[in-house]
Amino acid sequence: MAVCIAVIAKENYPLYIRSVPTENELKFHYTVHTSLDVVEEKISAVGKALVDQRELYLGLLYPTEDYKVYGYVTNSKVKFVIVVDSSNTSLRDNEIRSMFRKLHNSFTDVMCNPFYNPGDPIQSKAFDSMVSAMMVQAC
Amino acid sequence: MADEALFQFLHNELIQYVYKSAEHGEMENGRCITKLENMGFRVGQGLIERFTRDTARFKDELDVMKFVCKDFWTSVFKKQIDNLRTNHQGIYVLQDNKFRLLTQLSTGKQYLEHAPKYLAFTCGLVRGGLANLGVKSIVTAEVSVMPACKFQVMIQKM
Repeated sequence: MAVCIAVIAKENYPLYIRSVPTENELKFHYTVHTSLDVVEEKISAVGKALVDQRELYLGLLYPTEDYKVYGYVTNSKVKFVIVVDSSNTSLRDNEIRSMFRKLHNSFTDVMCNPFYNPGDPIQSKAFDSMVSAMMVQAC
Repeated sequence: MADEALFQFLHNELIQYVYKSAEHGEMENGRCITKLENMGFRVGQGLIERFTRDTARFKDELDVMKFVCKDFWTSVFKKQIDNLRTNHQGIYVLQDNKFRLLTQLSTGKQYLEHAPKYLAFTCGLVRGGLANLGVKSIVTAEVSVMPACKFQVMIQKM
């Protein structure tokens, strides 16, 4: 489904980033990095927004020629970014939403793990396998 | 409910443990309080992550404080905060007239000097929760008559 999944901390440094192995993984890092500006823009507009616009799911951040970038931000300002292939047109908004939901649930479990220090890179195996499951389905 | 009692017992044991394992001299300078507060901080961070999973994004500080008073307090202490006051300049006073962790202690002034032990964890809990929501604060507690207590939250402006 997804080609790249990233978790970004409150202070905008990566906690977790994983992409399908290709020759230029760096490109994904770049894509995720540039998407943060769009996320920031969407969050800062929240003060005026109506209740139904204050959802955690931010929707499509921006499309590029080959990829679509979706964003999600938790109440603790941790950002999730999912990059999917543009050619994959069958993917509905609802499915993206449920992917983020799963990601969020899994992240919450990581946060509640007493052996995890908030702010450290995520090394949890459970989280890792959940992410793999979301990526594998595509290829 | 059973889980209610469990939390209280665990909390009481926690305090006992921290105070018993403290080395001589640590007791006086508030090291134990700090320890309990730090434990609360970490727990608060985790809890708030879980509790805010299904809520919409907060629009401002007051919104966050209301969440803490209602949902957060209900989940942890099975009741809401009785009174929330603010000066709209970053100071909030949360008053609980029957604070659950103090209900097992006899009312009145007899154990007043031990009250800080039983409030440190909760102060940390609130501070941790707020910190994770991006609100940096200092939380202090104050008791005048036993089961009632006040938490003062001072928001640190960046």
